[in-house]
This record gives sequence, C-alpha cells and structure tokens, in this order.
Amino acid sequence: MKRTLPLVIVFCSGILLIIQHFIPSEESEFLYTYALDWIITVGVYAIMLGIWSLIRVTVNKARRDPGERFYAITTLAGFSFMVLTGWRAESLHAGSIFMTAFNYILIPIQATIFSLLAFYVASASYRAFRARSALATVLLLTAFIVMLRLIPLGPISKANNWLVGWILMVPNLAASRAIILGVGLGMIATSMKIILGIERKYLGGD
Amino acid sequence: MTTSELLLNGLAAFLTLCIFSFLYKDNPFYKFAERLVAGVSAGYWTMLLYHTSFHDKVIVPIFQQGYWWYIIPTILGIMMWTRFSKKWAWLSRISLAFYMGIATGTSIPVVMYAAIYKQLEGSMNQITTDATGINTLLMTIGLICAVSYFYFSKEHDGWFGGMSRVGIYTLMIGFGAGFGLTVMGRIALLIERIIFLRDYLLVLFGG
Repeated sequence: MKRTLPLVIVFCSGILLIIQHFIPSEESEFLYTYALDWIITVGVYAIMLGIWSLIRVTVNKARRDPGERFYAITTLAGFSFMVLTGWRAESLHAGSIFMTAFNYILIPIQATIFSLLAFYVASASYRAFRARSALATVLLLTAFIVMLRLIPLGPISKANNWLVGWILMVPNLAASRAIILGVGLGMIATSMKIILGIERKYLGGD
Repeated sequence: MTTSELLLNGLAAFLTLCIFSFLYKDNPFYKFAERLVAGVSAGYWTMLLYHTSFHDKVIVPIFQQGYWWYIIPTILGIMMWTRFSKKWAWLSRISLAFYMGIATGTSIPVVMYAAIYKQLEGSMNQITTDATGINTLLMTIGLICAVSYFYFSKEHDGWFGGMSRVGIYTLMIGFGAGFGLTVMGRIALLIERIIFLRDYLLVLFGG
C-alpha cells in the first residue's frame, strides 16, 4: 500500500497527461492548466519544507559550534529581513526596501562570486586542457579563437569575427543539436521509466 | 549621488570586496558575505514564490474565486510536511507521486516537440550550391557524426568509427566555443565589478 499506491498514482496521472496532449478540447485544456497549477502548489509547499530545513540546519550548527554562531545569525537575519520586508504585495515594486536589498546585497554578491570564477576557470583550464592530444588542441584552439572575438586586433578582427560566426553557426550548432537530441531522448526515456514504475528511487527508502 | 545612494553603494562595494578577499584565502569577511547571501537569497525566493505562486495559485482561487477544487493540491502540499514524522512520512509519497506523474506526463510531449521534432526540423534545410548550402551540408554532416558518437550498440570501427571520430571533433569544437563564451562572460562580470568599485571610489574621494 505504502509503495504501490504512489506507483499507481504516477502511472495514471502520467498516462492521463500524455493522452490529454492529443485531445484538442476545452476540457483537455482545463485539465492541463489545473495539473500545472497542481504541481506548482505542491512545489511551493515542498519549498517551505526546504526553508524549514535550512533554518533547522543553521540553528543546529550554531548550537554545536560557537565559532559558527555569528555566521548562522547572519544567515537567519538576512532571511528574516527579506521575509519581513517582502510581505506586502507592493514589495516587488522598484524602490521598495525588499527590492533595494535585492539590488544592493544579492546582485553585487552574486555577480562578484560569478566573476571570481574567471580566475578559477583560467587556472583549472590551464591544468585540464594542456594540449596533450589532438582533441584537446581542437578544444583549446576553438576557445582561444572565440575569446579573441571581443579583443580589438586591428585588421585581423574582421576575419576573426567571421571565423567565430562560422564556428558558432556550423560546428557549434551541430554539436549543440546533437547534445539537445541526446538529452531529449534521455529525458523521455527517464520519464517513461518513472511512469512505468521502473525508476522509483524518488520514493525513498522503506 | 544622494546620501542614501552613497550608503547603499558603500554596502555593495563592501560586500564586493568581501567576496574578492577569497582570492587571498578563506577569511571571516568572505564567510560573512557568503552566509549573508544564503539567507537573503532564501528570503528573496520565499517571498517571490509567495507572491507569484502561493498567492496566485492558492489564496486567489480558493478564497477569492471560490474554486474549491484547488483545495486538493493544497492538501497534497501540506501532506509533504509529513516527512518530519517517521510514522506518517509515507503520506508525502502520495504528493510526490502526483508531482512526478504530472511532471513526467506533461514533459514527454513538450520535450518530444522542442528537443526532437524542432531540432530535426531545423537541421533539414535544402542544400544549395552557395555558401549557405555548403554550411548547411557541413552542419548536417557534423550533426549526424556527433549523434553517431553516442550510438553504442555498434562497435566504433571501420566507416562507423570514422564517423564517430568526426563526431567527437565536432563536439570538441562545440565544447571549446561554449568554454570560450563562458570565460568571456565571467571576464565581463569581473570588469563590471571593477568598474563599479572604481566609480564608487571616484565619487567618494572626488576624483
């Protein structure tokens, strides 16, 4: 019962939603919209579960390790501040305290964290892509040509821009499409495995 | 720049420097900024989801529009919280089952359309004798070879091995282009942060 019922629900709802796609009617459209709202609602409650888990882990860490206490308070204070200032519907408008905190705390920190990756990507790529084989050389050379596009190189710039355009529109497009096709087929296969009950790890133990 | 803008930009500049301090080594300033962003980010997404999802999909339909059938997903959502109880945790599987069933059921036709049909449609263009036609031909050959590289039911030797060899070279050019674009994106962000700090210092010290 505890394992069979969820598998029956997955099978029935999955098959129903696939069939619905091939029935052009108002009822079918309603079912699709309602089903999407359904998963959004369940997802919101699941996120609340995640938030509760974050608070619990942070508080437990602060209890166990006095050295972590200040940082745990920082996390909880940041979280509480955003929840308190974002409560009203007008909070999402530009100029509110909530959006100001977003613009002056979240955006600068996230942009800087991502910009830090420039240093680490450079050092990691030096170690990973040393031209040891023909394949690594091709990868390195392509990356080098693409990176040169934004640098003014005088008369070479025009030719380099054309070459980068060709790389992006021909071999890069072929590679991207091959990967998208592979990912798409993989997603369909995994979805079918879930609907048919072959893949059931998401149910957890017991 | 007004006093409040000066203070807010000062806060942003301080947090930027806190993160940059990690280039030296892990330190309390970096840890402070890292934990602050974790809390602020969680709070931001919580409230954003509250307004865009919880309010629009739970409060408005049930209490304002009187759509009683929206109570069902709400009950299922609340059942997710039974994960905290060892005795009742199995109830959350029912919610999860609906979630997985609907998500997989709706995704199959969408993925089939966007990732398979549209990609194949985009690759099946008329091959002409001009530059566009040659590029189309090269792209199609590259695509077929790259796909053949992922086909493992036949041994990669002979003509098929040659095809998959061309395929892996095509993929490497794609990865190289992706890598180059990513690095340039990161460098652009770095330049933007440095320009922000420079401008702030110029305003502060009147350069």
